[in-house]
Amino acid sequence: MITSAPASRLLAGPPLTGEAESFDAHRARLGPMPPTYGNGDLITTLESSGLLGRGGAGFPVGRKWRAMAGRATGRAVIVANGAEGEPPSFKDRTLMANRPHLVLDGAALAAEAVDADEIVLYIGEEHLEAVAAMRRAMRERRADIRRPMRLVEAPIGYVAGEASAAVHAINTGDARPMTTPPRMSQVGVGGHPTLVQNVESLAAAALIARFGDDWYRSAGRLATRGTALITVTGPIREPGVREIELGTPLGEVIEAAGGTRGDISAVVLGGYFGTWTHLDESWDLPLDPDSMHAEGLTFGCGIVGALGAGSCGVSAPAEIMGFMARESAGQCGPCVYGLGAIAEAARRIAHGAGKDADIDNLHRWVAQVPGRGACHHPDGAIQLMVSAMHTFGDEFAYHVRTGRCSMTRARLGDGQS
Amino acid sequence: MARAEKRLRVDWIKCDGYGTCGDMLPELIDLDEWRYPIIAPGTVPGGLIGDALRAVDCCPMKALILEKVPPPRS
Repeated sequence: MITSAPASRLLAGPPLTGEAESFDAHRARLGPMPPTYGNGDLITTLESSGLLGRGGAGFPVGRKWRAMAGRATGRAVIVANGAEGEPPSFKDRTLMANRPHLVLDGAALAAEAVDADEIVLYIGEEHLEAVAAMRRAMRERRADIRRPMRLVEAPIGYVAGEASAAVHAINTGDARPMTTPPRMSQVGVGGHPTLVQNVESLAAAALIARFGDDWYRSAGRLATRGTALITVTGPIREPGVREIELGTPLGEVIEAAGGTRGDISAVVLGGYFGTWTHLDESWDLPLDPDSMHAEGLTFGCGIVGALGAGSCGVSAPAEIMGFMARESAGQCGPCVYGLGAIAEAARRIAHGAGKDADIDNLHRWVAQVPGRGACHHPDGAIQLMVSAMHTFGDEFAYHVRTGRCSMTRARLGDGQS
Repeated sequence: MARAEKRLRVDWIKCDGYGTCGDMLPELIDLDEWRYPIIAPGTVPGGLIGDALRAVDCCPMKALILEKVPPPRS
């Protein structure tokens, strides 16, 4: 039996048709913007709500705002990050396209809470409905949000949503990450301290500002409170974006999405920076960041990506690694050469042309590359690879030993390598 | 009070894999197969500070940095 009562918060309201809720409808449904919070009251409320950032890293939102509010002097900028360059993820664009005013509420409240002068909406240029909805919403809010607001389209690319890449793109049009320090919180957009916050996090903050921390904490089944948007993909009957109460077991999420189409062998959780697990082992796994971390798994940006039982557990991560290697911004050697070499070795193994040395090299490179780049792109990609080698390790060895895949039962290497 | 501890850091965007640092300071810097540095974790021992400074000076890309260990972030 599915209990979904407390789970509809961010996506409450009219059906998600892709038609943006108007400002009038938004105000009629949720009431006006909450009264101005003075002296960091909202920040205190956010801290006690336990809201975690939803861009992938899961950093506490209240703590991030507190640090920005405590800066010594000067101007500051809020960046609402809706780049969403993660290919299987649709949650941010769905939120922006359908509930743009919730995102704007959150950005305006953030600006108020940390005393920022400007709001920049940074949205993936390929997310056409989201861009259109946010542009229209911005026009509707010129009167009540008195700070300058502008929309900057994020170029297509996995790393374009990384915080320093976002600031770089807004400043110069070049969406490649920058070396830190200095941190974005000190020297960001226009050289000013900048708070880069994912759009779902801002929308959640806007609800907490209205209904309070106790209300927020009333959802959630385990340590991490509240709800989150997730994207369910793969051979699932009703794939797509859903809002779940944090801590909902994986199996319940899959059943709520209509169940599987055929058998599922494994699931990738958290996205292309994420982790793999066998579905039978993780059916009861609570989608709670703390519990997942304890199991070596990641909530990340809320991807639940199913792998059909007839699919190859080496090919799937090898393809993702190939994508991640191509998506490198090309600035840092260990990422360019390391991810490239890892992707190539994984591809050879997937195609039945792998040697024992490929497996040895994979183990060496995944230990050697992380932490050696301007951003965490290589670290995230390698986390996914390490997890694939852990989950499908026998299959990697079987491919090399036999030139066959035991999952698809295919003989490999017929002109594919 | 003891002198502040120093550590080595690489500006990965500047680094082009010349590998000069690894050749000059093998005690603390290993090189991968593409000649990009792998820095030993931890601080630079006092006896190697001079060698570390020379490696910093000789980096053709000015990508190697010897810096004070910052206080822990809250």
